[in-house]
Amino acid sequence: MPVTVKIPVPLQRITEGKEEVTGEPGTIIALINSLDKQYPGLAERISEDGKLRRFVNVYVNEEDVRFMKNEETEVKDGDEISIVPAIAGGR
Amino acid sequence: MDFTEEQLERYSRHIILPEVGGKGQKKILEAKVLLVGAGGLGCPVGYFLAAAGVGTIGIVDDDVVELSNLQRQIAHSVHTLGMKKADSAKKTFEALNPDVNVIPIRERLDSSNTMDLFKDYDIIVDGTDNFPTRYLINDACVILKKPLVSGAILRFEGQVTTIIPGEGHCYRCLFEEPPPAGLVPSCQEAGVLGVLPGIIGGLQATEVLKLILGKGKPLMGQLLIYDALGTNFRKVRVPKNEDCPVCGKNPTIKTLTDMPEEYCSI
Repeated sequence: MPVTVKIPVPLQRITEGKEEVTGEPGTIIALINSLDKQYPGLAERISEDGKLRRFVNVYVNEEDVRFMKNEETEVKDGDEISIVPAIAGGR
Repeated sequence: MDFTEEQLERYSRHIILPEVGGKGQKKILEAKVLLVGAGGLGCPVGYFLAAAGVGTIGIVDDDVVELSNLQRQIAHSVHTLGMKKADSAKKTFEALNPDVNVIPIRERLDSSNTMDLFKDYDIIVDGTDNFPTRYLINDACVILKKPLVSGAILRFEGQVTTIIPGEGHCYRCLFEEPPPAGLVPSCQEAGVLGVLPGIIGGLQATEVLKLILGKGKPLMGQLLIYDALGTNFRKVRVPKNEDCPVCGKNPTIKTLTDMPEEYCSI
């Protein structure tokens, strides 16, 4: 069973409209970089120089990776990854 | 305070709920809630809080009603085009429920007026449309220890969280810093489904009523994410960040400052 990655609506343009993509277990940053090969531009939106951007949160299941090992957090088969960018709309 | 006959009838479906009752309804009538923004989110939040009988509702907004607002901003109408949104919303909410004292504040929040405007209210509701104001509201709520119910919308996606300073996370624990200009589009650039603020605003109003009543479990330490296209509600955990610059162990932000204007163009 692969790792599932939930893509937020603003990034679905990069993933050909898919709200969920799958990847292989390993570290978060390796997962993002491997997904970038299939969906070019994805890694740049989420990370910079191998580090997660500070205004995008990444969750493994329900836990924020910033409170684990950040981009080096290991994900395993069956884990669900959520990418959650800050949004500010209200009007 | 005793209920009038009319109030007993108006609030009967609340009073019959064991979690509300006469005591809870009195709390609602005595509550003071400040809405920041009378737009997509502020309209449904204010509408439902007015219907529920929240005694004092302050509305901070310096914008005027435009035709392009009416696709989602349900407190305004063709009859209030060109009127300040705070006044337009007051008119609508008071027509729904004359028990409610609506205070229009036709100003834009900045570091000079925020503390003063917030101090008289019990709960603050964030329905603004830009990051600088969101961080400003958060910092003021943390410093003043006021509960904050925050909602945000974009395209088909919404987020809700409840911040109780001293107990749970704050907005800076959740998102350390705002995205640089241009990376996250605004509703104006990216669009927003008209009903989306109704859902997110409805959730915010629910959080406010729960806080007033002291019932249930607020969305503290959690972020609720709604995806309208997939009809998915998801919750993720938001821990309090010990190193948070405003609510952490050694805060560096002790007074309000305005963020650079360039963030406003997001």
